[in-house]
Amino acid sequence: MTSAPLLELRNVTKIYGGGFLRRGPVTVALQDFNLTLHEKPAKIITIAGESGSGKTTLANLILGFIKPTAGQILYKGMDVHRMDRGQRLQYRREVQAVFQDPYEVYNPFYRVKHIFDMVIRNFRLAHSREEAWTMVEEALNVVGLRGEEVLDKYPHQLSGGQRQRMMVARAFLLKPRIIVADEPVSMVDASLRAMILDIMMRLRDEHGISFLYITHDLSTAYQIGDEIYILYQGTVAERGDTVTVIETPKHPYVQLLIDSIPVPDPDVRWGGERVLTLDDEEMRTSVQSGCRFYPRCSHRMDRCLASRPPLYPVGTLHDVACFLYEEGPHAPSATPSPQAAQTEAQ
Amino acid sequence: MHKPVSTAQNNPSGTPAATDVALRVEHLKVYYATPLGDVRAVDDVSFNVYRGEILGLVGESGCGKTTTAMAILRLVQPPGRIVDGHIWLDGVDVVRLSERELRRLRWETISLIPQGAMNSLNPVLRVGEQIRDVIEDHEGRQPRKEVKERIQSLLHMVGLPSRVYDLYPHELSGGMKQRVCIAMAIALNPTLIIADEPTSALDVVVQRVVGETLLQVKEQLGISMILIGHDMGLMAQLADRVAVMYAGHLVEIAPVRQLFKNPSHPYTQLLIESIPSIKERKPLKLTEGLTHDLRNPPPGCIFQFRCPHVMDRCRVQRPELQEVEDGHQVACYLY
Repeated sequence: MTSAPLLELRNVTKIYGGGFLRRGPVTVALQDFNLTLHEKPAKIITIAGESGSGKTTLANLILGFIKPTAGQILYKGMDVHRMDRGQRLQYRREVQAVFQDPYEVYNPFYRVKHIFDMVIRNFRLAHSREEAWTMVEEALNVVGLRGEEVLDKYPHQLSGGQRQRMMVARAFLLKPRIIVADEPVSMVDASLRAMILDIMMRLRDEHGISFLYITHDLSTAYQIGDEIYILYQGTVAERGDTVTVIETPKHPYVQLLIDSIPVPDPDVRWGGERVLTLDDEEMRTSVQSGCRFYPRCSHRMDRCLASRPPLYPVGTLHDVACFLYEEGPHAPSATPSPQAAQTEAQ
Repeated sequence: MHKPVSTAQNNPSGTPAATDVALRVEHLKVYYATPLGDVRAVDDVSFNVYRGEILGLVGESGCGKTTTAMAILRLVQPPGRIVDGHIWLDGVDVVRLSERELRRLRWETISLIPQGAMNSLNPVLRVGEQIRDVIEDHEGRQPRKEVKERIQSLLHMVGLPSRVYDLYPHELSGGMKQRVCIAMAIALNPTLIIADEPTSALDVVVQRVVGETLLQVKEQLGISMILIGHDMGLMAQLADRVAVMYAGHLVEIAPVRQLFKNPSHPYTQLLIESIPSIKERKPLKLTEGLTHDLRNPPPGCIFQFRCPHVMDRCRVQRPELQEVEDGHQVACYLY
């Protein structure tokens, strides 16, 4: 092997519940997930899906907070859950996280510079106070902040956007290879989101840092992402190049998802005709063997109930887990909505 | 459900007669006391909500939109207080009512769909009992069968099956819980519903179902609504008029089509420009956040530090709301 990929997930499955003593129903949070990320070029990989689709489980697995039930997570060819102390320290340093809520990650009793002091001490990044101070200042400059303006403040004195940028600066301080960003902008105001997204793009382009961008917001993914994985109840429904997937969605679920994004134009109403009824919603996770989307799908066939569809290629770097595409990339005769038909015709 | 939903029908001219006003907020001021002085969360805000319309109230977090809503419900908690202003609802000034009178008013005349409905239902009561509580608290005890039928018809109206009556909140998904809250809000046929970010915790598919439910309720019952949020896409889909708040001030209010076609206040322009598109990739629009301390608002325009068009005048005197077209008001010296 010449060089192992930076991060590789092989058939990762995570099942909650159903233990030895408690014979309750199991929840399959993530099933047979595969992902390969190479060191170069650095990429922003979006993991998208509704709540309960397994996005956060995936983040927790990659960060090593939980162990997979089956499958392997390899970082530079080493199994994340079988590392020795030195390797683990390196992994902890090179894979960083930015979380959803920039209000909860700070201890309100300490000035914000405390978060920087902690990482510098834990990882012995600097030999002197001056060196540490220079490093922090440099990291803050990358996210467009100045040390003298923010470091001596308390968390409540900063805006949500500033706090989230500080978290990115803290992650950057460790010179990571990957940053796992779990909904980093969902609690930041719309007008300030752009700044965080711009920082992510700059870190990718100027510093070669890859991102796993976990979100439910397809429009921000469309603006900055390279590759996208759309999850539905723990399985990948569709994956591929972000622009291709969002402009020409193939999976019935992804088509529904994209039709449901509210258009910021009062004259363009929600696309598609289908309004979900309760019974559809309620059948979540009731299908164990077949396609997870079966209860809600307008194209369902008998075979969808019998076995789970594998990923079929429908273009370069574009795969769909749906039997409709078994024969090739062409759309089924009955298109689900006029909008989707138009996109496919283009 | 009937589509397309025509919003123009309710407000053909954009400025209905004064008799169509359901709620009139006049010079409302709500301050929060802190050891370092009052935070002016809502500073001299006035607007109307007409009958049968959805007024969208948008702005970034901390701009005072939820505080405005809480003041209308008289639910501002200490250290917050309503300093000044009037809130006229059906000819009654809510600000002057006693706690006893308020208990009548809430649910009957004005009801709330809270943010994060998943956490606002009582986990140990079945859905039916919770809605019955609301009804019987206001109308007195009634034959159980009649109430049950009434509640089930409410559930149908929001697109839920009758079975939900006997379920506990934890047996429902987020979107269903949100619709139970809508059913509860319309139970006593109020004049006004305040929906505080009703879809913020839901994914887009469920958000659409809840949004369409709100539209349906508005059409069928003619209830007025204040819809609080920051998703401009959702506002375009649901609201008839949109009011934009910034740092406790109302900076622009306009019918939804005019606001999107011709956003006039620099802050509104910024909000609309920063909506991420799924049609084309374009460079991101970068801006700084709130830049002044709300305890010490600068003299003059509240947006002066972030405004690309700032003039000397803006630093001296605060611009008042003025009409630029029919029903479209802006607080900016550019007009």
